[in-house]
Amino acid sequence: MGAGEKIRLIRRSLVDKAALGFMVISTVLTICVLGLILGYVIIQGSGYINWSFLTSLPTPVGEGGGGIANALVGSLIVVGIASLMAVPIGVGAAVFANEYRSRWLGWFVRFLADVFTGVPAIVVGLFAYAMVVQPMGSFSAFSGSVAYAFLMIPILVISAQEALRLVPNSIREASLALGVPVWKTILRIVLPTCSRALMTGLLLAFARALGEASPMLFTAFGNSFWNVDLTKPIATVPLVIYRYAVAPYDDWHAQAWAASLILVFIVLIASSLTRLAFRSRLDD
Amino acid sequence: MIEAATKRLEAPIVDSKRPILEVNSLNAYYGKTHAVKDVSLEIQAQAITAMIGPSGCGKSTLLRCINRMHEVTRGASATGQILLDGRDLYAAGVNVTQVRRRVGMVFQKPNPFPTMSIYENVAAGLRLNGLHDRKALDQRVERSLRMAALWDEVKDRLRRPGAGLSGGQQQRLCIARALAIDPEVLLLDEPCSALDPVSTSRIEELIIELSKNYTIVIVTHNLQQASRVSDYTAFMYLGELIEFSKTEKMFRNPDKKQTEDYITGRFG
Repeated sequence: MGAGEKIRLIRRSLVDKAALGFMVISTVLTICVLGLILGYVIIQGSGYINWSFLTSLPTPVGEGGGGIANALVGSLIVVGIASLMAVPIGVGAAVFANEYRSRWLGWFVRFLADVFTGVPAIVVGLFAYAMVVQPMGSFSAFSGSVAYAFLMIPILVISAQEALRLVPNSIREASLALGVPVWKTILRIVLPTCSRALMTGLLLAFARALGEASPMLFTAFGNSFWNVDLTKPIATVPLVIYRYAVAPYDDWHAQAWAASLILVFIVLIASSLTRLAFRSRLDD
Repeated sequence: MIEAATKRLEAPIVDSKRPILEVNSLNAYYGKTHAVKDVSLEIQAQAITAMIGPSGCGKSTLLRCINRMHEVTRGASATGQILLDGRDLYAAGVNVTQVRRRVGMVFQKPNPFPTMSIYENVAAGLRLNGLHDRKALDQRVERSLRMAALWDEVKDRLRRPGAGLSGGQQQRLCIARALAIDPEVLLLDEPCSALDPVSTSRIEELIIELSKNYTIVIVTHNLQQASRVSDYTAFMYLGELIEFSKTEKMFRNPDKKQTEDYITGRFG
């Protein structure tokens, strides 16, 4: 081995080690940041969490106690109805763009979805205000769902398109060659084949919506009382966090932390449950 | 191998056969690429017809035209006639899904449905076409798996995933799946090219067995395979049908120089 070659070898191994080191550091940093956020929320929030916090209504300032029962239920209602609106539209658009073989259309839908994800949440809120709140004449849970649905749709479109791309063409051909119509092939073969990837996308959209406060400011608006009427203002957890966090009361700050922790828990539980439910029954 | 093919051809049943498929002036395209050029041929019922030729000669495309799978590919189109029992599959108003139920297909790579068990894979075509009677399904699944010579290997694990089988078993599963909907014609697109020699010979035996009840068209890269299993052979080159005759004649005494060159390995 010549001297030049030896130097090149040493250089190569140095570059290799440097690159590896950089990646390890990046990974550790990412995990650290995540851990820090989670840890801080747990430390700040866990002290206030108890059964009554989850099951009671907010109390006036100074009275002590009080909870976020109405906001929890409100969030689940608003995001739930948003999902009911967004999932068929988002998955439907992805299926249409992907499965009905117009390459141009697929690209265009993807482009729109990309642009759509970049629209700030507060703008989406304003849009829902103009589209729903103004014509209806009042803030409402329903208008909040519309705003969330707008946030969720692009995430669903993009993730569903990715999921559909994971399904090999040979699977579609196998079904078509059995004389199964295209729509049935999509519904019964293609979508079930990528159901787990689809669920991951839904979860992503669900988590995104669940944590957004700004689109709710002028749609769901918030409510200190119990409400399950879709045409009336409703409390949601991120809105409560926002209101409590900017208020000048220590008690409210503590509640805001606790509510944040609850949000994190909900996303965690939802993600574990869907993963469990959609674990292929054919898996070992 | 030529002896084996000859033996089959000497069986009297071959000559009493009628054409079940008639391909008339078929042209097939991918966008502007002319993949099949003015091909006409007749395929005999309950016989095995092999299509041979170098890669890209249009044999698979021709095969895919027979059950109208060709048009599934983006930008693909076809003109001409394919008559199945005298009825043009390409006539206006023909229901494509009906065509595909009558003309089944097995692909190059085994492609069982990954989310389904062995049983569900075989039952898929029946269920998706509306059969839900438990007993009838059980019977059809067992019959199809038996015909595909897979029953004994999988009867104790019908609920296990189809994708967990070996490559050769998966391909026989795909054959069972195609047979379950009771097609008249079975198209095989290089069914053994992804398999080892042992699995290949099992599938070849199976194909010969199946030809008693089904009309079989097989595309193959393997000339020995064509001579071993088929009654008739079509040789295609650059999209054209160069020669089409009984396999015995094709391999012993081809009419065209091109065919002879290809069969003797001088090109392709």
